[in-house]
Amino acid sequence: MSNDKPEVMLMKGNEAIAHAAIRYGCDGYFGYPITPQSEILETLEALMPWETTGMVVLQAESEVASINMVYGGASTGKAVFTSSSSPGISLMQEGISYIAAGELPALIVNVMRGGPGLGTIHPSQADYFQATKGGGHGDYHLIVLAPKSVQEMADFVALGFDLAFKYRTPAMILADGIVGQMMEKVVLPPQRPRRTNEQIMKECPWAATGDAIKRGHPNVLTTLELDSAQMEKNNERFQATYRKIEENEVRFEEYLTDDAEWLVVAFGSIARICQTAIDEGRKQGLKIGLIRPITLWPFPYEEISRLSKKTRGILVVELNAGQMIEDVRLAVEGRVPVKHFGRMGGIVPDPGEVLKAIREKLIDEQE
Amino acid sequence: MKREDIIKPENKVAGKPRLLNDKDMHYCPGCSHGVVHRLVAEVLEEMELEDDCIGVAPVGCAVFAYSYIDVDWIEAAHGRAPAVATAVKRLHPEKMVFTYQGDGDLAAIGTAETIHAANRGENITIIFINNGIYGMTGGQMAPTTLEGMKTATTPYGRNIELNGYPLNISDLMTRLDGTCYVTRQSVDTAAAVRKTKAALKKAFKNSMECKGTSVVEILSTCNSGWKMSPVAANKWMQENMTQKYALGDLKKND
Repeated sequence: MSNDKPEVMLMKGNEAIAHAAIRYGCDGYFGYPITPQSEILETLEALMPWETTGMVVLQAESEVASINMVYGGASTGKAVFTSSSSPGISLMQEGISYIAAGELPALIVNVMRGGPGLGTIHPSQADYFQATKGGGHGDYHLIVLAPKSVQEMADFVALGFDLAFKYRTPAMILADGIVGQMMEKVVLPPQRPRRTNEQIMKECPWAATGDAIKRGHPNVLTTLELDSAQMEKNNERFQATYRKIEENEVRFEEYLTDDAEWLVVAFGSIARICQTAIDEGRKQGLKIGLIRPITLWPFPYEEISRLSKKTRGILVVELNAGQMIEDVRLAVEGRVPVKHFGRMGGIVPDPGEVLKAIREKLIDEQE
Repeated sequence: MKREDIIKPENKVAGKPRLLNDKDMHYCPGCSHGVVHRLVAEVLEEMELEDDCIGVAPVGCAVFAYSYIDVDWIEAAHGRAPAVATAVKRLHPEKMVFTYQGDGDLAAIGTAETIHAANRGENITIIFINNGIYGMTGGQMAPTTLEGMKTATTPYGRNIELNGYPLNISDLMTRLDGTCYVTRQSVDTAAAVRKTKAALKKAFKNSMECKGTSVVEILSTCNSGWKMSPVAANKWMQENMTQKYALGDLKKND
């Protein structure tokens, strides 16, 4: 291997998350096994990062404990994360609300499976509402990143942590069983050192690092405020952060939108299936384009609004009963028809099925 | 002997610990929390741990513990303090990490976190205030409420058929391989206060030396919840609580 060529590896999306976390200089992982994401914990245990970078890895007794361990670690300024799949993420919602209210940086990975209930272990995108609209109690948002590939699984670990620390707010990688389980080529980031306690004290002056005298005052991390006037001020501060994130952090990818008459909106793994469907449609003379929101929150309302002004109709393709379509409709404001095509319960459509839906639900309706 | 001759550092027998600040405590008169807070502050100060310490506060009457003792604190969700403390200690093994929890927090909603943290032998101290009742929410039944004891949710007394048995969770924790020290103390007399202080010192020392999980249960009074005067509450505790929850060291690994 020459020095100028990056090392290309073949692995699962879940494994890429584990490798990328160690290389980011992550301080700790706390998690509980659940399909289809257990390889994250398994890979971390096998790589034994406590012997190399000093990263802590712990299998907790439940998802409830995992998220509260993340809350504890994040309260001390450490870069910590957890992962789970849909039912486990539901169990974590109380803790996620506390992390948001505590203005703590943390990363949560949800490798979605089909629900509701115990559901299925197969891929789904049915937790879009839960991830983007709050999930737990109170007015809060998570920064939600939706990877479409094993490469993005790896890349979004650093992006998620960086955004979480920049805005002091939890970030979520909202993946699905496909990107978690499939193997692809991936280039991992270089190894970064973990931050020292001195760096943490400097960069996170709010953190409860246990240095009350060195710092000159104690730090208390609490989400409790019984004075309603003060609690409203706290909420206003959270909302101001969310407005800043909306202004600066919207991310999306476009595919053949320049001349598109018909627009597909899809996120995560299904966006790639849509891309293949669009290629096939283009061969048949159909001018179809794709916009893939990368941040599901903040959502690319403006870009979708702009595109809707030059297209005749929009199809939202999701592995659910129709969730992101509500945000698309908010962006489109009724200018053009917005239709939905979704499969549920762990079923993933093939490109032919998507192209058929584009024709039937969008084009045939209008021509 | 003149007054000035007596007021000398070497003659001092008691004083307010520096770590205990001057904020008015929200606790009811006669409540044991105030005494235990003071002991925690005293021991941290005497062991010079104030710059090496992270406390984890519960949900319950002691939810504001962080307001009174001037060290770094993290306020946990209800019952999750041992999970929070697990991560804090593992990420900061050189620090003294303790939780301060009531019976509802520790032995009802947080039973899983308590048992598993102790069973993993996390090198933390768990300070467990057992007053047999939910104080903060207005005197409802706790897992440790005694049989026959009247609370807001057992208005005719705890009925075993309806409500099950009182949970002796510290005895349970002696059976876990991860605990190195489990003791049950009280703060109803001067002698008991001194014993509790010694127990806290021992527990904190264990945590600094990473010997495993230390549990210091402190039988406490809740005179508002029990609807008794402080003196009557102390007497009731001595006569009733200690029957089910015997005082003394329950496990000592040394």
